[in-house]
Amino acid sequence: MIATLAFYLFAAVLLASATMVVVARNPVHAVLFLILAFFNASALFLLAGAEFLALILVIVYVGAVAVLFLFVVMMLDVNFAELREGFVRYLPIGGVIGGILLVELLLVGTAWTISPQAPLLLAEPVPEAVTNTRALGRLLYTDYVYLFQAAGLVLLVAMVGAIVLTLRDRPGVRRQNVGAQLARARDATLAVVKVAPGAGLTVVPKPEPKPDPEPVEHGHGGHHGGGH
Amino acid sequence: MVVGLDHYLAVAAILFTLGIFGIFLNRKNVIVILMSVELMLLAVNINLVAFSAALGDLTGQIFTMLVLTVAAAEAAIGLAIVVVYFRNRGSIAVEDIRVMKG
Repeated sequence: MIATLAFYLFAAVLLASATMVVVARNPVHAVLFLILAFFNASALFLLAGAEFLALILVIVYVGAVAVLFLFVVMMLDVNFAELREGFVRYLPIGGVIGGILLVELLLVGTAWTISPQAPLLLAEPVPEAVTNTRALGRLLYTDYVYLFQAAGLVLLVAMVGAIVLTLRDRPGVRRQNVGAQLARARDATLAVVKVAPGAGLTVVPKPEPKPDPEPVEHGHGGHHGGGH
Repeated sequence: MVVGLDHYLAVAAILFTLGIFGIFLNRKNVIVILMSVELMLLAVNINLVAFSAALGDLTGQIFTMLVLTVAAAEAAIGLAIVVVYFRNRGSIAVEDIRVMKG
C-alpha cells in the first residue's frame, strides 16, 4: 500500500518536473528540474526492483550528465530570453503532435496482453536468492561481455571526440617545450672561463648562441612552466 | 513490482511525449533540446526496466545500461558541439546552424 502510494508520488513528481524542464524560462532551472526528474525516475527503478540501475542513474545522470549541462549553461554567455521567441507560436503544433503521440501510445499500451507462454521464452530469468547487482554482474561479464566492451568503446570514442572538439590552441599561451629543454647542450648555456688570480672578471662572456628553432623558449633558461 | 506494468508504461509514455513536446516548444535552444532527448531516453529506460521486472527477465536491465552509456556519450558530444559552435558563432540558436561552412 505504502509502496503503491510512493509509486504515484514519485511518478507525479517525475512528470511535473519533466514538464518544468520543457517549459522553464531559465535553462538553469530546467537543468535543476532535470536532476529532480532523474532522482524520481531512480526511485521508480527502485520500486521495480532494479536497484543497481537506480543507483547508476543517480551517479551517471545526476553526477555527470546534469552537471555537464549545468556547466555548459553557465559557461555560455547566451541571451536565453532571445531563444524563447516563438515559444507561443510553436505551442499549438507541439501540443497537437504530442497529444496525438500520447493517445497513440496509450492506445497501443492498453490493447495488448502478455502471452501465457512468455515465461518460457525468457532469455535470462531473474535468479532466485541473488541480489540484483550480483545477478546483473554475473550476466554482464559472461553472456554480455561483448556488449560491455562495446559500451566501453562508445564511452572512449565520446571522450576522445569531446576532447578533440573542444581543445584549441590559443595564441600567446606559453607552454612547456619539453623537446627544447631536453635538447639543450652544455655548450649552449655554459662557459668555462679562466680567471687570472687577483684580476677578477670584468666582462662575463656569453656562450655562443647556437641557432635554435624557438628563441623565445630558450631565453628563460628553458625551465618555465607554461600556462595551460 | 508493487504496481502493474500498465502504470509504468503510462508514465513512460507521458514522459516520452513530454520530450517530443519539449523539442517542438524550444525550437531555438539547443541545450533544452538536448535535455528533451535525455527525457525521451529516460522514458525508454523506464519501459525497459518495467518490462524486465514484470517478466522476470534481466536482459532488459542489461540493455538499459547500454542505453545509459549511449545517452551519456550523446550528452558529452552534443554539449561539446554546442560549446564549439558558440565559440565560433557567438550564438546557440538552432536556426543559425543552417550554414555549414565555417
